[in-house]
Amino acid sequence: MPIQYYIYLCLALFSIGVTGVLTRRNAIVVFMCIELMLNAVNLLLVAFSKMFHGYALIENATSTTGIDAQIFVFFIMVVAAAEVSVGLAIIVMMYRNTHSVDINFLNRLKN
Amino acid sequence: MNAIIISAFLGVVMMFASWSIKGENKQKNIALFGLIILILANLAQLNGWYVADIDTKNMLSFTRFGLYTNTLFYCLTFIYIWINGEEISKIGNHVADFYALFFFILCGASILTSFDNLLMLFIGIEILSIPLYILTGSDKKSLFSNEAAIKYFLMGSFSTGVLLLGITFIYGATGSFKLMPPDASIQYEQFMFSGGLILIFAAMNFKVSAAPFHFWTPDVYDGAPTVFTSFMATIAKSAGFIAFINIYLVQYKAFEKTWVIILPLGIVSTLLVGNVTAVFQRSVKRMLTYSSIAQAGFMLFALYGTSNFANEGILLYIVVYSLASIGIFAVLIKMKENSFEAFHGLAKTHPLLAFLTTVFLCSLAGIPITGGFFAKYYMINAVLIAGAGIWLVVVAMIFASISVYYYFKLIQAMYFVPGTPAIGELDKSYTYKLAVIAILILVLGVFPNLLFNYLYF
Repeated sequence: MPIQYYIYLCLALFSIGVTGVLTRRNAIVVFMCIELMLNAVNLLLVAFSKMFHGYALIENATSTTGIDAQIFVFFIMVVAAAEVSVGLAIIVMMYRNTHSVDINFLNRLKN
Repeated sequence: MNAIIISAFLGVVMMFASWSIKGENKQKNIALFGLIILILANLAQLNGWYVADIDTKNMLSFTRFGLYTNTLFYCLTFIYIWINGEEISKIGNHVADFYALFFFILCGASILTSFDNLLMLFIGIEILSIPLYILTGSDKKSLFSNEAAIKYFLMGSFSTGVLLLGITFIYGATGSFKLMPPDASIQYEQFMFSGGLILIFAAMNFKVSAAPFHFWTPDVYDGAPTVFTSFMATIAKSAGFIAFINIYLVQYKAFEKTWVIILPLGIVSTLLVGNVTAVFQRSVKRMLTYSSIAQAGFMLFALYGTSNFANEGILLYIVVYSLASIGIFAVLIKMKENSFEAFHGLAKTHPLLAFLTTVFLCSLAGIPITGGFFAKYYMINAVLIAGAGIWLVVVAMIFASISVYYYFKLIQAMYFVPGTPAIGELDKSYTYKLAVIAILILVLGVFPNLLFNYLYF
């Protein structure tokens, strides 16, 4: 399968995530959309990794080219998990004070 | 390497100290002691002594410049904790946790000064940002703090997503995460390569709060507890700058033709937004956040060159700007409210404090014999050496003179408007600690070379 398909798919997923962040008003949904963006990147990284690995195999049957991208994916997952733990804690803290997770509520600092 | 290992370790130590050692003062002293260890370990590495000799597979490269920058960050954090220790303990129930977060931030900063791989850039930025989200929201009962934390968190992770997409595109075009100048002999996939560069540029601009990606800064800095604003606006932000310069000079320089338009646009709009908006603020804290955007515009000048002036200039700028900001925020913490009215008549009741505030403000504005003057001079000279055009310098000068207006508005409020200042309790020793900062600023304003000697020998 050509790499272009993967790129289009990932860009579509990423754009859905961006649109969600910009339009949704529920903090948790916004947060999920951010995760969607990160996972679109993960998918693209794995696809690129496979592509470079395929190229390298033609010249050298035991090549490990492309493995660094897959390791990068693990790092992204771990960091995303760390972000989730902090982010959910912040959302819970907000919920305790305002009894809502609507980010429209957050406009006190403007003036 | 020493600094990265030991700062992470000290973070864990502080977390244990949180419940095993009682007494806020004791915990603060442990943190200060830890910072001294960190500074010594980092200096040891400068002289070729390692805690653990780890092969980083070229993911990190330790240059003299990077290590020296680390030392400066640790010294600034030392001064910051030394002055603000008591204020930090007024927020939340577990002070040592905040110190632990500071050490984790310093760990991220040490990675950002020495990364040689886009993976390490990502890890460094995240280690730096995630503790900052917590610090922003640390005042759990305050709605402002909550709002600032959630805004910072959502926008910060959004920009992380953009950064990652940029890194992935660069990987797709080059097949490597290594930080290297593009190879002229290879024809890269143009769409992906330039797309990746632009996305990383945007994300880094966001992290250092440069226009047009500055919109989060005023709200977040305003809502966060003032002690932590002081840390975020100085040390954390400077680490972002070092990373930005690092990546820009390696990967973007080859495309100077393209960036010759985008970079000045970014700098001019940062200066414009920061300075002009700061004029209209009625809260001192909010004025300082906009001024920190404006100062970011000046720091971006370091992207122009690899000359000595750019390298030395960014270090001097970081140190002087951080010292002055820590000082002015430390004064602001003692005020009962953030408005300009709170400062009315301060010179009558607290003459020394008012004088020190004047020194900090003059340094931020870049008045001679304070350090801010030479910092701005070095940055502008770096631009001239790089040959970026005289118009940029003229624009920078105009905006610097606008900045004098809003800084001096505060001086005027202190000296020439009668009234009673809304100031809380103030120890004598607190004022003397601030005097030490002011003396440092004045010394750097007369002998800026003191800072650079160590960079070369």
